[in-house]
Amino acid sequence: MAEVTAKQVLFEPIFSNNPIGLQILGICSALAVTTSMNVTIVMCLSVIAVTAFSNLAVSLVRTQIPGSIRIIVQMTIIASLVIVVDQILKAYAYEISKQLSVFVGLIITNCIVMGRAEGFAMKNGPWLSFLDGIGNGMGYSVMLLFVAFFRELLGAGSLFGVTLLSPVNEGGWYITNGLLLLPPSAFFIIGLAIWGLRTWMPEQVEEPDYKMSRHTHKEAF
Amino acid sequence: MEHYISLLLKAIFIENMALAFFLGMCTFLAISKKIEAATGLGIAVVVVLTLTVPVNNLIYNNILREGALAWAGLPDVDLSFLGLITYIGVIAAIVQIMEMILDKYIPALYSALGVFLPLITVNCAIMGAALFMVERDYTFGESVVYGFGAGVGWALAIVALAGIREKLKYSDVPEGLRGLGITFITVGLMSLGFMSFSGISL
Repeated sequence: MAEVTAKQVLFEPIFSNNPIGLQILGICSALAVTTSMNVTIVMCLSVIAVTAFSNLAVSLVRTQIPGSIRIIVQMTIIASLVIVVDQILKAYAYEISKQLSVFVGLIITNCIVMGRAEGFAMKNGPWLSFLDGIGNGMGYSVMLLFVAFFRELLGAGSLFGVTLLSPVNEGGWYITNGLLLLPPSAFFIIGLAIWGLRTWMPEQVEEPDYKMSRHTHKEAF
Repeated sequence: MEHYISLLLKAIFIENMALAFFLGMCTFLAISKKIEAATGLGIAVVVVLTLTVPVNNLIYNNILREGALAWAGLPDVDLSFLGLITYIGVIAAIVQIMEMILDKYIPALYSALGVFLPLITVNCAIMGAALFMVERDYTFGESVVYGFGAGVGWALAIVALAGIREKLKYSDVPEGLRGLGITFITVGLMSLGFMSFSGISL
């Protein structure tokens, strides 16, 4: 691998190589936990912590692991870290951990964590891997916070639980858009976010499977 | 009996793993370009879910749950914090065993499912179903039905999406939206369609 600087490793995943927008990793939890900003922030911090430390741990033992059992070793490291995060959340943020329900546990199967451990930490030193973990966690968080911002603001008229647009049913003027709190809206917002991102950075556009050919003969009209 | 049927329908349609809980999205989006591949993966998920959810249920109820070790003379032990690592271990092991059994006894099925089996270990739908099973406190019988239903629901969703995407590749999509973007919008519309089931009360 060519020389990579710490700064590159840390900031590249945020926009130009976003794990959700480009690598299609870790979408599962991205959609389910984004109905309010509070919950989303906790989820983001958990993912950043797990990605960073699993990358660090995998990178530290990378020369010791036999190739044939590396997946299960990575899995065990990740699962242990997630258990730690889960127990901490249960102890100090019980309400939010209830709202996140199964999705904290699902960080284990979040492809970002596994993908970075396998794709980056197995080949690079501990410090760079740690930064790469943070960078990818941040890329994930940016996307999640973006989605959560729109869903909470337009769906419930609030941010971080603080009412900004006073909703009609509490005597205000804003008619809340209930659809944004339901599952489909998350798909739409991510779809549109990807559209925006790729319009801004056209090199991320995928090649079409089929090219439209022009009309070759004139219609009779 | 009625209870089990309503649980099954609920798992397939109302609480569809992919479209209502967003589980297994990574593989859902990556392997849905062709109907054959989607069907293969769908069947594999049904089989694995039907096996792993009940096995995890037995392990949780007999070993991990608070007070479950009373039969071994340890009534105060609560091992439920070990849940996550156990479930993922069980899932990985079952997938591995299934791969060996299929390879030995049903080679035709093995070559059809072969590539998808390892992918399934990290499919959030499998892990998610195990966690939902624990959270909702299903009995053994319920966990069998739930595992099967959740698998069928997921398979249904991925085959439907693959069908749509096969047609979609001939359409003229705006540049930035091409590929992943339009797939998200499609899944959103499908999810909207599946929401109509939520009015059914069982």
